[in-house]
Amino acid sequence: MTDYLKLLDSDLRFREGLNACMNCGICTAICPAAAIFDYDPRKICLIMQKRDNALTEQLLASDTIWFCGQCLGCRTRCPRNNTVGYIIQSLRRVSLETGLYLRSDQGRKQIDLARNIGGNLMKKGYCVDMDLVVPEMHPEQGPVWEWVYENRQAVCNRCGGNYHGSGPGAQRTIDPQSMSELQAILRTTGGEAFINKLSKGE
Amino acid sequence: MGEEKRYWRDYQKDIPDGPFFYVRSCIRQTFTPGAETMLLKILTGYLGLDVYEDPRHTCCSGIGYHTDVVPLETTMTIIARQLSLMQEDGYENLLVSCVTSFGLYNEVLDIWHHFPEKLEQTRRYLREATGRDFALPKAVIHTSDIVYKHRSRLAGMMKYRMVDRQSGRPLRMVDHVGCHYAKIFPAKGIGGAEFPQVLSGLAAPWGGISVDYSERRHCCGFGFRQYLLKDNRSYSVSHSKVKLESMAPHHPDLILTNCPGCCMFLDRWQYTIAEIEGRTYDDAGRGIPVLSYEELAALLLGENPWDIGLQMHQVQVESLMDKIGIEYDASQKYLGDRGQYIGCPQKPDVLLA
Ligand code: SF4
Ligand code: SF4
Repeated sequence: MTDYLKLLDSDLRFREGLNACMNCGICTAICPAAAIFDYDPRKICLIMQKRDNALTEQLLASDTIWFCGQCLGCRTRCPRNNTVGYIIQSLRRVSLETGLYLRSDQGRKQIDLARNIGGNLMKKGYCVDMDLVVPEMHPEQGPVWEWVYENRQAVCNRCGGNYHGSGPGAQRTIDPQSMSELQAILRTTGGEAFINKLSKGE
Repeated sequence: MGEEKRYWRDYQKDIPDGPFFYVRSCIRQTFTPGAETMLLKILTGYLGLDVYEDPRHTCCSGIGYHTDVVPLETTMTIIARQLSLMQEDGYENLLVSCVTSFGLYNEVLDIWHHFPEKLEQTRRYLREATGRDFALPKAVIHTSDIVYKHRSRLAGMMKYRMVDRQSGRPLRMVDHVGCHYAKIFPAKGIGGAEFPQVLSGLAAPWGGISVDYSERRHCCGFGFRQYLLKDNRSYSVSHSKVKLESMAPHHPDLILTNCPGCCMFLDRWQYTIAEIEGRTYDDAGRGIPVLSYEELAALLLGENPWDIGLQMHQVQVESLMDKIGIEYDASQKYLGDRGQYIGCPQKPDVLLA
């Protein structure tokens, strides 16, 4: 079996996120994810403090680690300076790197996120832009957004934006030299390979 | 000095007057590009500050980082490139207009401070990828910090006040401060995570009243992947609902935010909740208008609401403007960039203006 704990220990967010949890449950009390999902940050600490590789593997392959909303409110509140949100970041990374994310429904949704958010960043230099928020995928955005989306150049530029233009301003196209620098960063740091791997569901 | 006052001192922060190197929010440029235009006009025009946008800067990659598709090392190096541009342009103060980015810039600087090997690794990556070097910023400031700092000066320039023109009643404002503004590093936010002042402190000088409500510190529900994935969006609407239910008994005239994402969620989810449940959060069934601090400032300064981009909000703002007595030309609302009429959105069955 892979030594998951070793992989986690090599992530500074795991080391910084978990000091000594006394299981008081304050994080659970304020956690927005715990309020609506089958998720309990206190239990995450409880499991990880056991330092049991088999239990860790179970966690990495479960839906549980994907419920956190990354608000980082747990960081503010924990009396022991733990940050469950950081522990989650490191668990997710190991789950993605080892492919265990493919074993859970919530984990597999990373494929979509990699294609959309990661793909947009690689192509355009923005994680999110107007073109990405397609109304069919976002019924909650309502009729005003539908109107904005259909007229996005006219509406954006009416408000001083620079939709797909050159130079500064909201929604401008990033120049080719800057894009090639960004892409070189993605290549050099492993970001491109990571996004591509997830996009393919590997 | 009393115990309470000493405690309060921990939650103040030094805010320089510039010059500032400005970095964009990809969420704001998407949903409220006019707010960005107005913010820069307020900072450079009304306040006369030196704020520069280098068109070569990119997104900070924060949304990708918090949805776990961009590795930490990549994010750190993308941020290092922004700092490299800043150094090249001769600036030292980083001015961040997004709350996710603000949290992340502070996070990365904190990592570099405590783990110098990560700083060295980032320098190596950036040099190898781009041949660039970078310097650490002198200060990282959120744009709402500056508006807060200059709130009284701005009040002196304002054409309107947060007052009901008919009755003279000060308008009631509830605020929502984005989680990553102060929950990660309380000392980096005015008022910290417990006593947020950065928005509530604007009400009195601008003529209104800030009203506390029980879920004031609760997250708006973005949750990164939880909103971005269609199947998980119930997370997002549930938390906005918690907030809206907690605000409603106080009969607020408006909701004020300092995060472009929160601003959009608290606006759009009112529409969704009205569609699903028929529930609206004001007495007239129109919803509570949601503005960002720069939109509110621009409105009170007398800027044209359609230049601010208020037509992009789902909860219509006319009722608020009428209360204050703001003059506007309704016929301009749906004009495009060349003054052409571009049609109007379908009217929903709920939240009618
Ligand atoms: S608040 Fe901190 S100490 Fe308490 S259960 Fe959560 S992580 Fe453990
Ligand atoms: S960061 Fe995650 S675990 Fe922590 S309070 Fe927020 S949702 Fe809960």
